[in-house]
This record gives sequence, C-alpha cells and structure tokens, in this order.
Amino acid sequence: MAEAVFEDIRLLTDLFDPQEIIRATADRTMTKGGAASFTGYVSSNDGVEALELSHYEPLTLTGMKKLAIAARERFDLKAITIVHRVGRMTPGDPIVCVAAASRHRRDAINAVDFCMDHLKSAAWFWKRELKHGEWHWIEPRQADHEDLARWNPE
Amino acid sequence: MAVTILFLGPLRDKAGEDSRAVAAPLDWTGLIEAVGSEIARELADDRVNIACGGKVLSDKTTLNALDGDEVALLPPVSGG
Repeated sequence: MAEAVFEDIRLLTDLFDPQEIIRATADRTMTKGGAASFTGYVSSNDGVEALELSHYEPLTLTGMKKLAIAARERFDLKAITIVHRVGRMTPGDPIVCVAAASRHRRDAINAVDFCMDHLKSAAWFWKRELKHGEWHWIEPRQADHEDLARWNPE
Repeated sequence: MAVTILFLGPLRDKAGEDSRAVAAPLDWTGLIEAVGSEIARELADDRVNIACGGKVLSDKTTLNALDGDEVALLPPVSGG
C-alpha cells in the first residue's frame, strides 16, 4: 500500500511566513530524505508599487489540487505544499511557496520545479501591477509557456 | 432565479462590474447579447474560456446555463 503523502494546498488572502510552511512540509515526513522549496516574492522592478492577484476559486484551488496530484504521480514524494497568495501585495511580500519532501533529492527538487512551471503558465490567476499610480494588467509571457513544455517533450 | 455572469481579470474593467444577473436559461447567443459588444469581441478570442457551474467548457458555444448557474468569463491567465 502506498504511504500517505502530506498535502497542504491553500489560497491565502493575508501575508504568510514561507519558513513556517517549508518547516511544516519537512516535519511531516517521518523519514525525511530532504525537502526542497521555492518562494516567489513580489518584485519592485520597473517601479512596481503594488501587485494584485485575482482568481476564481472553483477553478484556481481545484487546479492547484490537481497539480499536487500530478506531482505526486510523477515524483516519489512524502509531502507536497502549494500555497499561493491572492489579493493585494506590496514588493517584498511572498506570493507563492511550493515545498516538496522526498527520500530522494531529485524528486523533491523536480517536483518544486514542475509545480512552479505549471503555476506560472497554466494556473487560473490574473495579475495587475500598480505603477506610477496606474493599474496595468499583466499579459501571459511566452517564456512561461516554453517552461511548461519542458515537462511534456512530445 | 437567474444566471450570474462573472467577469474575471481584465474583463471586469471592460464590463465595469464584477458580475451581472441575467434571465435563465442562457446559451452562447444569449450570452453574446447580454454582455455588450466590447465583451462579445473578447469572447470571440479562442484564448478566452468560459466556465459554467465551476467547469471550463471545451466548446464555449455549447453553453447551456440554467437557473442558479454561475457563468465565469475567463480571459487568458497571467500565471501565478
């Protein structure tokens, strides 16, 4: 029988502490090999004063849960955590944290990379930036779609 | 009861509101008429999806929303 995998998939409207999330993911594995993680922060590049992420919960959260299942099927994981902010953020705020624990380092690292590529290109989020007092919607980037294609080489 | 049309992301700005209630049932032709010409033009874009009752339609022209359904208009995502 397959061992239970710890899973924590959440959309948050308030500031969160990535270290707490990474620690919780690592701690849930009794026989840790290792834990890998990625935390994305709001950047102040090009004079960004604020970032606002909107979502559609029935699709966004469901999509994140499906992504966690896909990661578990593809990699040998003990724990997988995907936490994403929505709402208004300012530069320096954490926006996303993905953490994975596994007996094998490559599975943990690749699971994080896999989840981030899917979140960046295929997750149901719409982003706008406040620059010089005006809001601008952010268009999808071609590079994000190319990153996603890495996982499906056919 | 009615069908609620939700405008997500940049479509919210174009619509000038988060949502709009229209009479049920609502099909593709009815949707196009209900949202006004600017949003209708956006809906013609293949990259704009429609979800009905929390499920993305593989062919948006097959929309058939009933009383109480939520129809979400989903512009291309900008990613997380």
